[in-house]
Amino acid sequence: MTEKTKQTHQDSEVHIVRPPVYLAIFFALLVLTALTTGISFIDLGVFNAVIALAIACLKASLVVLFFMHIHYSSRLLKLTVAAGLFTFMLLISLTMTDYISRAWGMF
Amino acid sequence: MDSQSIATMPEELDGAALPHAHEHPAFMRHHFEDIGQQREAASFGMWVFLLTEIMFFGGLFCAYLIFRNWYHPAFVAGSNTLDITLGTTNTAVLIGSSFTMAMAVYSAEMRRKGQLVLFLLLTIVLGSVFLGIKAVEYHQKYVDHHIPGMNFSIQEFVHPTNPKAIPLAPDMAEKTQLYFFLYFAMTGMHALHMIIGIGMLIFLVARASRGAFTAGHVMPIENFGLYWHFVDIIWIFLFPLLYLISRYR
Repeated sequence: MTEKTKQTHQDSEVHIVRPPVYLAIFFALLVLTALTTGISFIDLGVFNAVIALAIACLKASLVVLFFMHIHYSSRLLKLTVAAGLFTFMLLISLTMTDYISRAWGMF
Repeated sequence: MDSQSIATMPEELDGAALPHAHEHPAFMRHHFEDIGQQREAASFGMWVFLLTEIMFFGGLFCAYLIFRNWYHPAFVAGSNTLDITLGTTNTAVLIGSSFTMAMAVYSAEMRRKGQLVLFLLLTIVLGSVFLGIKAVEYHQKYVDHHIPGMNFSIQEFVHPTNPKAIPLAPDMAEKTQLYFFLYFAMTGMHALHMIIGIGMLIFLVARASRGAFTAGHVMPIENFGLYWHFVDIIWIFLFPLLYLISRYR
């Protein structure tokens, strides 16, 4: 679905993502939005939050990979995104570890 | 050639001895090997900026996570005062604006000036629709006295009008202010990013209409696209957290 233009640098050939890919991702995002809203009206206990966040992560991944071209990008950019997410998860985990182990009975 | 030889043999500097003879496009900076390296460096720099933005919004998400667990009944009650129809519409509008922005990047790559200006204008329109719907929601909160610190009223949470709602004790009902504080902080900071984005879009449209980005120099459009999609991703997480996961059923 992509067309390669002339290779300009050994590490970073430029890909042009075609409109059909953007359209497919656009419709997938709309369907997932309708799905997550629909599921929120069904009582699933704690799984309401789990499913809503799982769908949000899926939507965010589609945006990062295709709208933001990371799927077609160099290893440097893929690693940059991964490093950012890893650091974010690390900071959240450390903070939550602290709260879970100190604020007895509140979690 | 080192500085010593430049000083002693200046005649070697003219003609072929020059480091380069301007065979590259005007938008390529001298300290890059080629256009590919310049684009890679620009994308990398933009992503590093976006990572700092993830950390910035991450702090707010973390605060939301902790307080939601501490004052769960208040967060459930606060969440149910939001209009889920307006929230879902806004999500669709913002996804649409991300699509038009992606198409603007494609138009710049294809060097189609008119199409680029059209898609940038559509992105401005959809971004403005989003902010308009957000303003309607903010106004409703003002009418309901649900803005923390501005004549905040716990009436709706102690004596709910919604038959499905569970009445809260007054001390827990006060904690709904914390939900609304986070609601306004998170959506307000998101809206501020969109206002800044629309300001930059107006500037980009003015330059694009003069053909600045349709002669090979697509980097400003591409990097702005990354910013716009990032703002979309923040909303993709705000929407379920603020509107969806605590509905009365």
